[in-house]
Amino acid sequence: MSGPGLEVTAKAQLGQTELDVSVRVEAGRCLALAGPSGAGKTSVLRAVAGLLRPHEGVVRCGDEVWLDTATGVSRAPDRRRVGYLFQNYALFPHLRGWQNVAYPLRGQKRKERRAHAVELLERFGVGHLADVRPGTYSGGESQRVALARTLARDPMVLLLDEPLSALDARTRASAGRTLKTTLGESDVPTLVVTHDFNEAALLGDEIAVIDHGHILQHGTASALAAAPASTFVADFTGAVVLAGIASPGPDGLTAVDIGDGVTVLSTAQGAGDVGASVYPWEIALVPVDAPVTGSAQNRLEGRVVSSTTIANRLRVTVDAGQPVTAEVTDPGAQAVDLAVGKPIALTWKASATRLIER
Amino acid sequence: MRHRLARAGARLFPVALIVAVAVALVFLALPVIAIFTDVSPKELIDSLDDDTTVDALKLSLQTTLTALVIILVIGTPVAWALATRRFRGKQILETIIELPLVMPPAVAGIGLLAALGPKGILGPLFDSLDVQLVFQTAGVVVALTFVASPFYLRQAQAAFSTVDRSLLEASRTLGASEARTFGRVACPVAFPSLLSGAALAWGRALGEFGATLVFAGSFQGVTQTAPLAIYAQFGTNFPGALALAAVLVCFSIAILGGVKLLGRLQPT
Repeated sequence: MSGPGLEVTAKAQLGQTELDVSVRVEAGRCLALAGPSGAGKTSVLRAVAGLLRPHEGVVRCGDEVWLDTATGVSRAPDRRRVGYLFQNYALFPHLRGWQNVAYPLRGQKRKERRAHAVELLERFGVGHLADVRPGTYSGGESQRVALARTLARDPMVLLLDEPLSALDARTRASAGRTLKTTLGESDVPTLVVTHDFNEAALLGDEIAVIDHGHILQHGTASALAAAPASTFVADFTGAVVLAGIASPGPDGLTAVDIGDGVTVLSTAQGAGDVGASVYPWEIALVPVDAPVTGSAQNRLEGRVVSSTTIANRLRVTVDAGQPVTAEVTDPGAQAVDLAVGKPIALTWKASATRLIER
Repeated sequence: MRHRLARAGARLFPVALIVAVAVALVFLALPVIAIFTDVSPKELIDSLDDDTTVDALKLSLQTTLTALVIILVIGTPVAWALATRRFRGKQILETIIELPLVMPPAVAGIGLLAALGPKGILGPLFDSLDVQLVFQTAGVVVALTFVASPFYLRQAQAAFSTVDRSLLEASRTLGASEARTFGRVACPVAFPSLLSGAALAWGRALGEFGATLVFAGSFQGVTQTAPLAIYAQFGTNFPGALALAAVLVCFSIAILGGVKLLGRLQPT
């Protein structure tokens, strides 16, 4: 590891929620704090930046102690060298692009500050905004100028609060790539807050799923998807979670009774109240009258509730007693009628069914 | 029957609205128009040559602008503190600050006498410092400041509390102290609102009468501001009083117009 890492422990009362988290991020790494809104993700960033004071906690960046409630240390926000990217970007409306970026630069001549700011703006492809005030920026432009400003102070830590949520869907993809590249070049620890699992998977080297102020699970995106520790995490990663009761089934498999006499098979072991989770892209759609073929031991029948095309995939929601969402590439869907209300069968392998204790 | 009545009422309502608006408009505009039509423009301009009139206008400008500077310099940080801090007794403090808004000006004048007059609470202190306020120009400034400051304070506090908090927080995380954030972000962003607050306070100060009369008296060239001069003149020199009134109306219109214009310039 090249530079200093970041260590955060914070306990704070946030309205009804008690925030109690502890995370550590090494230099050059990015930890995504993911969870629903109101989970306390942003409060972690605010505690690091000094905008929120936990009643108990430690914030340490390398050798510098920014907060230690035990010894009464609490540095003012302006004395913590953080790069905080706000959710609405918080560009100063009365300052031109370069003045926004140059805001944190002190003790230099105006000419040098401008040159430095313009250089940063150009690095993000928005050099043409140097003399323009933020009022007319597009969402993507605002994000780039704000990112340039965040880096101008040469921060020891990067804190990104929902960096892509203010953007429209088309801008989001390119802005996401810009951000990913920037993070790749960065050698400081980064915390990124997001409510979107895919965004967390894109930006974070690791993901910590937060809900109700607590970290539920911490790991890489694929680890979380492969072995979600709770139904909440499974649901959050985008998996379909079917609630049911597990008991030993045929061939060493586990059978999960999900009601109405329907059983789902899993290669995983489990008993009692469980959630059977399966990812939408592991589910195939077949006509109800098609002969049963292949190794997919699981089969549910239901009616189509909705189908939406997202990029090159088709997302189909089926009411099979419990709602189930399948994601198929277009060719796979051609053989079946996906009109709303049409009967349809869903199939997937027992090995794709994960079991989570409830 | 009831149905027909209701329909008639529905038809009459727009008419009633028009009548109400017309009555309000005539009632409020007529005195203003009369000031300019009752006396010929030539007479108006001639009477501006009068010593009393010129002295009163000069004094009004001088005292109101001095009061305005005091209000801005002290009031702006106070408004910032009220907008950004939560503390015990804040509501009481806010009420005290707003009190001059509803206090009869004559009562304000008496209160100022009781506090700052020769026999007032701080009288001995001012005496030992050889400071005289009563019947002095400085006393006019004190009265104006007292009466007009709430107009600015209220507006400025509202202006600061509507500044997007994330802008202030961004400034802090970008290495700026609270003082620098106040000067470089909060004030510029709130500037149009602050300016309109200042204009309101200035308008109130220009029209101040009661508190000034009671606390500072009405001496030409020393404490006789334009409203006091109008009162002093209207028995003996009605055209002169009208001329002064016309000038004040022009000021008021300019201030009001300025406030409205600034309201439109408000950044989103």
